[in-house]
Amino acid sequence: MEIRWYIGLAVALFSIGVMGVLTRRNAIIVFMCIELMLNAVNLLLVAFSKMHALSPVGLTNPSVVSNAQIFVFFIMVVAAAEVAVGLAIIVMMYRNTHVVDINFLNRLKN
Amino acid sequence: MNPQDVWITFPELLVWFPLLAGLVCFLFKDNSKVKSWVLLVSIITLCISFVSLYFSDDAKYLALNKASYTLKYMNNGSFILGLDGMGRLLTLLTAFAFPIIFVATYNTPYKSAKNFYGLMLLAQSGLMGVFTAMDAMSFYFFWELALIPVYFLSSQWGGERRIQATFKFFVYTFAGSLLMLIGIIYVYLHTININGNGHSFALYAFAGVRLNPTEQNWLFWLFFIAFAIKMPIFPFHTWQPDAYEQAPTATTMVLSGIMVKMGLFACLRWLLPIFPQATIKFDTIIIGLSVIGMLYASIIALKQDDLKRLVAYSSIAHIGLMCAGIFTKTEVGLQGVMLQMFCHGINIIGLWIVIELIERQTGVRKISQLGGVAHKAPILTILLVVIALANIALPLTNAFIGEFMLFNGLFAFNKWYAVAAGISIILAAVYTLNMIQKVFYGEENSITTAIKEIALHEKIILSVVVVLIFMMGVYPQPMINLTKGTVEALMLKFN
Amino acid sequence: MDNVLQMVWLIPLLPLIGFLINGLGRNSLSKRMSGIIGSGVILFSFLLSLYVFFNVKGGNSHLAHYFNLIDINSFTIGFDFQIDPLSSLFLLIITGVGFLIHVYSTAYMHEEDGKDYAKYFAYLNLFVFSMLLLVMGGNYVILFIGWEGVGLCSYLLIGYWFKNVNYTNAAKKAFVMNRIGDLGFLLAVFWLLNKLGTTNFTDVFANLSKLSTTDITGITLLLFVGAIGKSAQIPLFTWLPDAMAGPTPVSALIHAATMVTAGIYMIARSNVLYNLAPLTQEIIMWIGLATALLAATIALKQNDIKKVLAYSTVSQLGFMFLALGTGNYIAAVFHVMTHAFFKALLFLGSGSVIHGMHHEQDINNMGGLKSKMKITYITFFIGCLAIAGIPPLSGFFSKDSILIGAYEHNKIVYSIALFTACLTAFYMFRLLFITFNGKFRGTEKQWNHVHESPAAMTVPLIILAILSAIAGFVNTPALFGGTESLTHFLSPVIQQTHQTTLSHATEYMLMGGAVVLILAVISWAYFKFKNYEPKEESSAFGKILENKWYVDELYNSILVKPLQAIAAFFNTIVEKKGIDGMVNGVGKAVNYGSRQIRLLQSGQIGNYVLLMVLGILVLFIIQLFF
Repeated sequence: MEIRWYIGLAVALFSIGVMGVLTRRNAIIVFMCIELMLNAVNLLLVAFSKMHALSPVGLTNPSVVSNAQIFVFFIMVVAAAEVAVGLAIIVMMYRNTHVVDINFLNRLKN
Repeated sequence: MNPQDVWITFPELLVWFPLLAGLVCFLFKDNSKVKSWVLLVSIITLCISFVSLYFSDDAKYLALNKASYTLKYMNNGSFILGLDGMGRLLTLLTAFAFPIIFVATYNTPYKSAKNFYGLMLLAQSGLMGVFTAMDAMSFYFFWELALIPVYFLSSQWGGERRIQATFKFFVYTFAGSLLMLIGIIYVYLHTININGNGHSFALYAFAGVRLNPTEQNWLFWLFFIAFAIKMPIFPFHTWQPDAYEQAPTATTMVLSGIMVKMGLFACLRWLLPIFPQATIKFDTIIIGLSVIGMLYASIIALKQDDLKRLVAYSSIAHIGLMCAGIFTKTEVGLQGVMLQMFCHGINIIGLWIVIELIERQTGVRKISQLGGVAHKAPILTILLVVIALANIALPLTNAFIGEFMLFNGLFAFNKWYAVAAGISIILAAVYTLNMIQKVFYGEENSITTAIKEIALHEKIILSVVVVLIFMMGVYPQPMINLTKGTVEALMLKFN
Repeated sequence: MDNVLQMVWLIPLLPLIGFLINGLGRNSLSKRMSGIIGSGVILFSFLLSLYVFFNVKGGNSHLAHYFNLIDINSFTIGFDFQIDPLSSLFLLIITGVGFLIHVYSTAYMHEEDGKDYAKYFAYLNLFVFSMLLLVMGGNYVILFIGWEGVGLCSYLLIGYWFKNVNYTNAAKKAFVMNRIGDLGFLLAVFWLLNKLGTTNFTDVFANLSKLSTTDITGITLLLFVGAIGKSAQIPLFTWLPDAMAGPTPVSALIHAATMVTAGIYMIARSNVLYNLAPLTQEIIMWIGLATALLAATIALKQNDIKKVLAYSTVSQLGFMFLALGTGNYIAAVFHVMTHAFFKALLFLGSGSVIHGMHHEQDINNMGGLKSKMKITYITFFIGCLAIAGIPPLSGFFSKDSILIGAYEHNKIVYSIALFTACLTAFYMFRLLFITFNGKFRGTEKQWNHVHESPAAMTVPLIILAILSAIAGFVNTPALFGGTESLTHFLSPVIQQTHQTTLSHATEYMLMGGAVVLILAVISWAYFKFKNYEPKEESSAFGKILENKWYVDELYNSILVKPLQAIAAFFNTIVEKKGIDGMVNGVGKAVNYGSRQIRLLQSGQIGNYVLLMVLGILVLFIIQLFF
C-alpha cells in the first residue's frame, strides 16, 4: 500500500482526537481522544519506518528503521503510564465531585 | 608603604564597618540601647573618615587607599574599592551626615528601633560603597545596596501614603538602574583587559574603552537616565517630593543629603570619563534640561504648603544647578560641583532637622498652619535662618562659594543659560523668605503655642551644622584642594 | 618698613566682635551693657578710620591680602582689602554717622526688652561690619559679600518687629528686590572673571584693553542693575519707602546714609570702567533723573513723616546717579557725604518727633511741635535748609556741582534737575511747616505727652546739624576761592571725565538763579502750609501722587500675580497632571494591560488546549510558508 493511505488515516485519527479534546467535556472521552492522537502518531512512525526499511537510506543506515519502532514502544509505555495516572485522577475527581466534567473544576479562574 | 604591610585599607573600613555594625543591630534585644550603639558606630566611622584625610597623599599611602578582591568564579573579575579626592569628599559627607542624623532624631521614637537603625547603617555602608567603588560591578552592587534599605525604611516607617510613594520611588530608580546595567554589560564586553585575556569591570578599563560615536551616544543615555532619575533632574523628578514627604525624616535626610549626590557623583566618576565625546555632544541638551528644571522647581516651590515638599523642590533646583555645572566641563564648574555636593548635603540636612523638630513638637508640617515660632523658640529660629540663608547662597555661607563657581562655569558655557538660571536664585529668595515669615514670624497660634525651645543636644547638632556652614563659607580652600586632583584628571579628558 | 595701614583689618573686626558679643550674650547682657558694647566698638572703628583717613590723606595707601577665598587653576579670588582715598572717605562716613546713630539708638530703643535690645545692636553692628567689608573690599567678590551682607541686615532690621505681618512683608520685599539687582551684579562679576580671570580692582582696571566695547557696556550695565536694586532707582525703588517699617535709626543709617549709597560707591569705584561705556553713562543719567523727579513728585503728597523722607532719599539718590551718568563722580561722592549728614539728621529728627509723639507718624496729627521740641525743630530746620540747597549749607555745594555738571552735559537734563531741586525744597519745607508750625492737630492727651527727647538723642542731632551746615566746605569750588580739597583728595582713584569749562559769570548766574528759585518755593510753601489743615479730597493728579503713581499696583498686576498664576498652573496642572501623570501613566498602563491579559487565564482546560492547537497551527504555517 502506498504511504499516503497511512498518512491519511493518521491525519484523520489525529484530527478526530484534537476535535474530541477541544469539544468534549467528559474527562474520560478527552482522555480517549488523547490516546487516539498518540496512536495516530504511532501509526505514522511505524508506517514511515516500514517505508524507509526498503529505501537506500534504510539499507545503509538500519538504525533509522529501528529507532522509529523503538520510539513507538516508548510512546506506548508513556501512554500506559499516563493512563494509569490520569485514570486515577479522574477516579479521585469523580469520588470528590461526582462529575467527570473538565470545566467543572475551574477554581484557578479568577 | 607596601601593600603586604597593610591588613586593612580605608575604603574597606568605611564600607564594611557600618555593614557589620548594622547587621549587629538586628541582634539587639533592647530597642533603647541600639541608639547609643549606632551613634557610637557612626562617630567611629566619622573618625575613620577624618583619619583617611590625613593619608590622602597617594604617592606615599596608595596601599592604604586601594583594596581589590579577585573573584575566581567570575573569570578573574575584580572587585576594587578605592579612595580618591572626590571619594574622600563624599565619604566624609556620608560620615558626617549619619552622626548628625542620629543625634537630631535621638528623641524621635521609632517602632522596632533596632531594625530601623540597622537598616540606616546598611544604607550608610551602601553609600560608602558607591563612593569608593572603582569598578563597575561593585559600583552597581552598592548602587542597589544603598537603595534597598532606604526602600524598607520608607515603606515601614513612613507617612500615610508611604507604600505608594515608596513603590514609585523604588520602581522608578530601579528601572533606571537596569538601563545602566545594560550599559555596564555592553561596555564590559568591549573592554580590553591589560593582561590581554578577557574583559574587565575596572574603572580604568572602562575609561579606556574604545566605542564608536553611535555606541557612545546611546550608551551615554542609558547611563545618564539612571543618574538623572537618581539626582533627580527635570523631568525625572516627580518621585522625589512624594518620597521626601512620605519617608521618615531621618531617611529623608539620607535620601536628600547623600543619595541624590550619588547621581551627580556617578556622572563625574563614570559618565564623563567613559563617554567624553557624547558628553560634549549632548551638553547643551542636558544643561538646558537642568536650567529648565531649576526654574520650574523654583516656581513650583512658591506654591508648596508642606515644608517637606518645599525643601524637596528647592533641592531639585539646587541639584539642577549642580548637574548643569558638571556638563559645562569647565574647571570652575566641576570644582563648584564637588564643593557644592558637600555643602548642599550639610545644608539640607540642617533644614530637615529643623522641620523634624517642628513637626515633632506640633505634629504639623503645613506652612499655613504654623506661625510665630520665633517667640517660642528663638534659638531654633536663629539657627534655621542661618541654614535657610545658606540654602539661598548668601555670601560667607558655604553654598555661596559653590554656587558662585557653578554659575561661573555656567556663564563660561553660555551667558544666557547663566541668566536664566540666575532667575531661580531670586525665586529661591522669595520662597525661602516666605517660609521663614509664615512659620517663624508673625503671631503665634493655637498650634504653635505648644512649641518649646529645643533640647541641648539638638541645639548642639544644629550649631555644628551652622559652624560648618560658616567655616566652609569663609575658608573653603581645604575642600577645594581635596578634589583638585580629581578635577584636573577629568579636565584632561576634555582638553 | 611695615605699612601702618596694616591694622585696617581691625576696623571691620571690631563691629563683628560687637555683633558676636551682643548676639551670643543677648540673654545675659543688661541693656546698658549692650548699648555700650554696640556703640563702643563703632567708636573705636571710627577712631581707627580717622587715623586711616589722615594717613591716606598723607599719600599712603594699602592693599592687603589675607587669604584666598577661592584658589583654583582658572582664577584666584583673595580676601583682599583696599585702602585708598575713596574707601577711607566712606569708612569715615560709615563709622562716624554709624556711631552717632548707635548712640541715638540707645535712647530710641529703650522701650524694648533686654533681649531684643541686644538683638537690635547685634544686627546694627553686623550691618556696619558688612558695610565696611563692602567699602574696604579689594575686589568685586569681597564687595559683593558686603553688598549681600548689608542687604541681609537691612532685611533683618526692617523686620525687626517681626510680629507685624506688614513689616515682615516690607522686609521680604526689600530683600527680593535687592536680590534682583544682586543677580545683575553677580553676572557682571562672572563676565569679568571669564574675560579677565580676576576681579581685583587694580588688575581689572589695568587690563581694560582686553575687553571689547560690548563687554564693557554689558558689564557696566549689569553692575548698574546691581546699583539700581541697592540704591533704589527706577524700576526697583519701591522697596525703600516700605523699608520705613524698621526702627527709625535703622532708616537713618541703612536707608539714608550708608547702604543705599553702596551703588554710588560701586560705580564711583569702577569709574575707569564706566568712562569707557558712554551708552551706560547715558542710561544711568536718565534713570537717575527720572527717579529723582518721580520720587520728588510722590514725596509732595505723602503724609507719613518717614515716607516723605524715604521718597526724598530716593530722589537724592537719583541726583547722585545723575552725577555719575555725567561723569561727575566726585560730585556724586560729595553728595553721598553731605546727604549722609543731612538725611541722617532729618531721619533722626523725625525719629525724635515720633519718639516724642509716642509712635505717631502721620503728620496730619502733628503741628506746632516747635514750642515743645526746640532742639529737634532747629536741627530739623537746618537739615531742611541743607537738603534744599541754601548756601552756605552743605547741600548747596554738592547739589550745585551736580547741577553744573548736568548743565554742561545737556540743558534739558539741567532744567529737569533744577525743577526737581525746587520740588525737593517744596516738599521738605511742607513737611517742616506741617510738623512744627501751626497748631497741634492730635488729641489733647497726645499734646500733653509731647516732650523733647533725651540727650542721647539730641546730641547726635546737634552734631549732625553742625556737620550738615559746614560739610560743604570740604569741596568749596574755586569760584568762591575754595581749594576743592575733596576733589584733590579723590583724584588719584577717580578719573573725572567732567571738567568745568564754564566761565565764572555763567556759574554765578546758574547758582544765583537756582537759589532764588528755591527761596521762592520755600516762601510759597511757608504761606501754603504755615496754618495747615488736612483736607479730605484731593485733585485727580493729587490722588495719583498719593498713591505713588500706582507703581506697586502695577508691579503687582504685571509681575506678582502672573507669577503666582504660573506657579499655581505648574503646580496643579503641569506637575501633577502632566509630568507626574505621565510617570504614573506608565504604571497604570502596565497595570491595565496585565489585567486585560490576565483574562486569557480562564481556568477552562478547553481554552488552553484550543490556544495550544492554534499556536501549533501558527507555528506550522510559519514553518511551511516563510
